[in-house]
Amino acid sequence: MGTWTWFHKLSSPPHFYRIAGKMLPWYAVPAVLLIAYAIYGGLVLAPADYQQGDAFRIIYVHAPAAWLSLMCYTVMAVAAAVGLVWRIKLAHALAAATAPIGASFAFLCLATGSIWGRPMWGTWWTWDARLTSQLILLFLYLGYMALRSAYDDLSKADRSSAVLAIVGIVNVPIIHFSVTWWNSLHQGSTVIRKGGPAMPPSMLVPLIAAFFGFTFLYAALACIRVRAEVLRRERNAHWLKDLSTRSVASE
Amino acid sequence: MSEFWQMGGYAAYVWSAYALAAIVLVWNVISARASHAEARQRAERALQMESSDQGRVA
Repeated sequence: MGTWTWFHKLSSPPHFYRIAGKMLPWYAVPAVLLIAYAIYGGLVLAPADYQQGDAFRIIYVHAPAAWLSLMCYTVMAVAAAVGLVWRIKLAHALAAATAPIGASFAFLCLATGSIWGRPMWGTWWTWDARLTSQLILLFLYLGYMALRSAYDDLSKADRSSAVLAIVGIVNVPIIHFSVTWWNSLHQGSTVIRKGGPAMPPSMLVPLIAAFFGFTFLYAALACIRVRAEVLRRERNAHWLKDLSTRSVASE
Repeated sequence: MSEFWQMGGYAAYVWSAYALAAIVLVWNVISARASHAEARQRAERALQMESSDQGRVA
């Protein structure tokens, strides 16, 4: 099968619906295993930090949440752009499916950061570059979802929300580089930095497991949500008939 | 063991951060599944209506 036929087959809604269902366990199982290991490693195996004591253990939920909130936004904006330019419904479906996941992790990042900031900086919140740009990311997600829900027509919702998603992508590099560009209260990068990670393996390995675990979790959640979005866009399509007869037979 | 739960005096911060993370992870799974179940029910209902309309015409 040539690349082009493969691509066409994949971008057909019924085929994609089936593939997403089949892929789900391949993402969900590693996600559960990696996150379980990361939590155990972060809370038990890793030694307390010499400066921050046990408070540093918040990094194992805070940093992967931050990563996922940025990765989700990038996926959402790229998918929205592909949907807008090539008029691919499936790309819009992926963008719409990604938004609530990204929003929840942007929230988790802000909330756990605030909890970590209180004992380390002596404040729950400060309007510095990293924190403010991350808050804007959450508002971009919420704005994107609010804009979508304002339309009854899904294809109109797809097109106008795509523009917002694309414009908002400028915020992603701003968040990433905010700790380098501005004098921030937030600490610099721990893992990806010049001279290698600033952590011993006992601290680093669970953190890397958490990054991968959260990423697999995103893939699993996106499989479920994108199936829902495909169904919303394909109402009355004939392939749904096969699906519902099969579901009646199997359930 | 109690030393573990005390988290070097940071228990309130560490455990509330992990509790929030657990809530967000569980919420994600529940709401994704609910969203799929709802979309599927709607699609099946729409198909049933369509087939009953066709029955009336014929």
